[in-house]
Amino acid sequence: MADPYQMLVIGGGPAGLGAAISAKENGLSRILVVERDLELGGILNQCVHNGFGLHYFGEELTGPEYAGRMTGRLEGSGIEILCDTMVLSIHPGQDVHRVCLMSACSGYRCLDTETIVLAMGCRERTRGAIGIPGTRAAGILTAGTAQRYVNMEGYMVGKRVIVLGSGDIGLIMARRMTLEGAKVLACVEIMPFSGGLARNIVQCLDDYGIPLLLSHTITEIGGRSRVERVTVQQVDASLQPVEGTERYFDVDTVLLSVGLIPENELTREAGIAMDPRTGGPLVFENKETSIRGIFACGNVLQVHDLVDYVTEESEEAGKAAAAYVLGKATAAFAPPADRIIDVTPGKGIACVIPQKIRLDRLEEKIRFFFRVSEPSKTPKRVMLGDGERVAASFRRPWMAPGEMEHIKVDRSTLQEMQGEILLLTIED
Amino acid sequence: MYDLAIIGAGVVGCALAYELSSRDLSLVLIEKENDVAMGASRANTAIIHAGFDPAPETLMGQLNVEGMRRCYDLCEELDVEHRKTGSLVVAFDQEQQRTLDVLYRQGIVNGCQGLEIIDGAEARRREPNLSPEIIAALWAPEAGVINPWEFALAMAEVAVRNGVVFMPNTEVVGLEWRGDHYQITAPSLTEPIRSRYLVNAAGVNSDLIHEMAAEPAFQITPTRGEYYLLDRTVGTLVQSIIFHSPTEQGKGVTVSPTIHNNFLIGPNSEVIEDRADTGVTRSGLSHIGEVALRMVPSLDLRSNIRNFAGVRANSPENDFYIKMSAANFLDLAAIKSPGLTCAPAIARLGADLLEKTGLPMKKKTHWQGGRRVIRFKEIPEEKRAAFIRDNPLYGRVICRCETITEGEIMAAMQREIPPVSIDGVKRRAGTGMGRCQGGFCGPRILEILARETKRSPLSIEEDGSGSLILTSETKKGCDRG
Repeated sequence: MADPYQMLVIGGGPAGLGAAISAKENGLSRILVVERDLELGGILNQCVHNGFGLHYFGEELTGPEYAGRMTGRLEGSGIEILCDTMVLSIHPGQDVHRVCLMSACSGYRCLDTETIVLAMGCRERTRGAIGIPGTRAAGILTAGTAQRYVNMEGYMVGKRVIVLGSGDIGLIMARRMTLEGAKVLACVEIMPFSGGLARNIVQCLDDYGIPLLLSHTITEIGGRSRVERVTVQQVDASLQPVEGTERYFDVDTVLLSVGLIPENELTREAGIAMDPRTGGPLVFENKETSIRGIFACGNVLQVHDLVDYVTEESEEAGKAAAAYVLGKATAAFAPPADRIIDVTPGKGIACVIPQKIRLDRLEEKIRFFFRVSEPSKTPKRVMLGDGERVAASFRRPWMAPGEMEHIKVDRSTLQEMQGEILLLTIED
Repeated sequence: MYDLAIIGAGVVGCALAYELSSRDLSLVLIEKENDVAMGASRANTAIIHAGFDPAPETLMGQLNVEGMRRCYDLCEELDVEHRKTGSLVVAFDQEQQRTLDVLYRQGIVNGCQGLEIIDGAEARRREPNLSPEIIAALWAPEAGVINPWEFALAMAEVAVRNGVVFMPNTEVVGLEWRGDHYQITAPSLTEPIRSRYLVNAAGVNSDLIHEMAAEPAFQITPTRGEYYLLDRTVGTLVQSIIFHSPTEQGKGVTVSPTIHNNFLIGPNSEVIEDRADTGVTRSGLSHIGEVALRMVPSLDLRSNIRNFAGVRANSPENDFYIKMSAANFLDLAAIKSPGLTCAPAIARLGADLLEKTGLPMKKKTHWQGGRRVIRFKEIPEEKRAAFIRDNPLYGRVICRCETITEGEIMAAMQREIPPVSIDGVKRRAGTGMGRCQGGFCGPRILEILARETKRSPLSIEEDGSGSLILTSETKKGCDRG
């Protein structure tokens, strides 16, 4: 067998590309990126709207433009790319890991690598996951599938549309369908708040006069071969439909934007520890998973709102993987960490990344990404601490689950913390 | 002029077409939908029943064990996915325990082998996730799970290979006996079909077809059963099929593994007006969930990936209606559970009845049986590299969740009855069965279907007739004309 790769990246979307480029910049030379689609770029390719790259590139790009910037940086890098290739399994080992993959042109084979970066992205929750009653007529699609048909294949998926769920892709598609001549009657959200970005609610719904029905859900889908009508009802505090609030919408299309699930089947099969809160692997401060030399970044780790943060996160993962490979060569690598602290979401916090930090491995500053579990319109304080001391805190005028937040802490402050648990909480 | 026309390409119609395809007869299999197995045959519990459930005096009781054994043989001959798992009927109280005794005795009369009544502890030893409240169970080792639509398709494919004409999208609206043949009319036909013999295998509509040719004799009470399909991520909940003790509404809710290692939970039983209403309801699903949780408390319904419902052709007589009802007219009607299991035996009985009334049953000189399907997942790891070298399309994964390759889809496109819809591909190749429910692979399969059948993507259906996915092209910029 050939020399092992230094890094094998699973997924050629923004996360995978960010990790590969950063690993290259940090000294690795034998890097392979495996992408299952025909071209690199991942889901960015079907996001033809703009608004990408403001934080990272300092300008507003479309999805394909953002992907183009990333792939442009590959040129002359020597990073190997395999498209139209599917990874079937990961086999963790002591020194090297093995990845088995397959494609039509190069067949089935297994490759050895010193590190793996998981960058498989996420998928959409489906109707089955939420169990909407009614028929199984055509015209019920996830917003992302509709986006692919409209933006990449050049076909419309309906004329009169209702959107269930107010996730960002649903909001974006409400606007897209409208621009393509369809009538979007409403966006229906079961929660009393939207799961999407505030700017998307303004720019995709408000600007086009599409009503957002909060605390409502679809309780029945009717239609034999194609959707004909849906029933929408208000829900009570326990999310149960309220009788007598039925409203009927004659639509031929239901777009679902009811959440994203990190795509971690390979991760689970490889035996990597998972965090049920994020749906992704548990990671340390450097995005390393519970298995040495396997890292994770992007939406496979946690669902992000902005691709800019995906890029930053994957650069950290790529850099850490490079440090792992090069550190091993100098034999100074990985003495057992003296102290590992668990970072736990407390009151008001839905999830936090990283979930574990090794105090002797920290960079000078460390960022914790998190989401709140419910929106607050009054100013609240976010606090990270060990119960006695506060490591960091900041105030926000408002917060919402739809917006990923982060808190930055100095290494020295973290090292002063006592105990084995750090709690992230929201206080009044 | 055909010798025989079968109305309905569900599992019963397909089994009869298969049975008779070895005879020197001209046969047509008429179906109102766009594919085989579009009614109850596609939406059921996918079980090969051991045969203890129906009373011995019923046709169901008499045909079940014969059908079950023949099912397993056919699955081997035709490479249909199946697995003998055994089944447990569980009892929570004394009364249900007495029901187990009744079932046991019926099973013995019906010819089941290996039946065994066990106590709750033994049941939990075999199935550790069963409820601690279960006090006894009936074990039937011969029960199993099957891919029901593949079973119907496999039989239909062999029938077509041997000369049977499959006529989809043909809804029979009139039958007329012309002294020595029937004239069959359908809106899609310019000329009526003529056939000497007629078989009614129209499932939930079999009473309507019957009444086009004979005096009313039975009635169908369409009975809907709803289901959950759980993702494989739930792990091994149970290894065998778990039935709740039967009630007046039917065999009751089942928790069953599927051939693809998912779990199927259902059905309830609700008499409905509209025979085509395969919708699911909040109340139906919550009822199923409650009963299933009672049997297997660790079950997590949040791993649900699909709900569906099937409409069963129940009748007040609670038995199959199999009879020559008019001149050269055979009813294979009111086929409800265990109709899937019984189908091969129903076909055998139907052939016997037809022969008795004079249908010549001379064997064909050359009949080509058998069927083989390549499933990438079943190819051992060490053989994959060589296999893909020879068959590169098997190296391209189209369905990520189920690891189904383009090679398998193309093979399905080349079978005797090629798929015409996204779900047609699903029923043949297994695409879109997994957790994303076709979100990723749907657009690619649509593209392959359009390419291979030389149709516009706008004409590709998701499932049955009229279930179009795309409505128009998007607006074009000026550079695209």
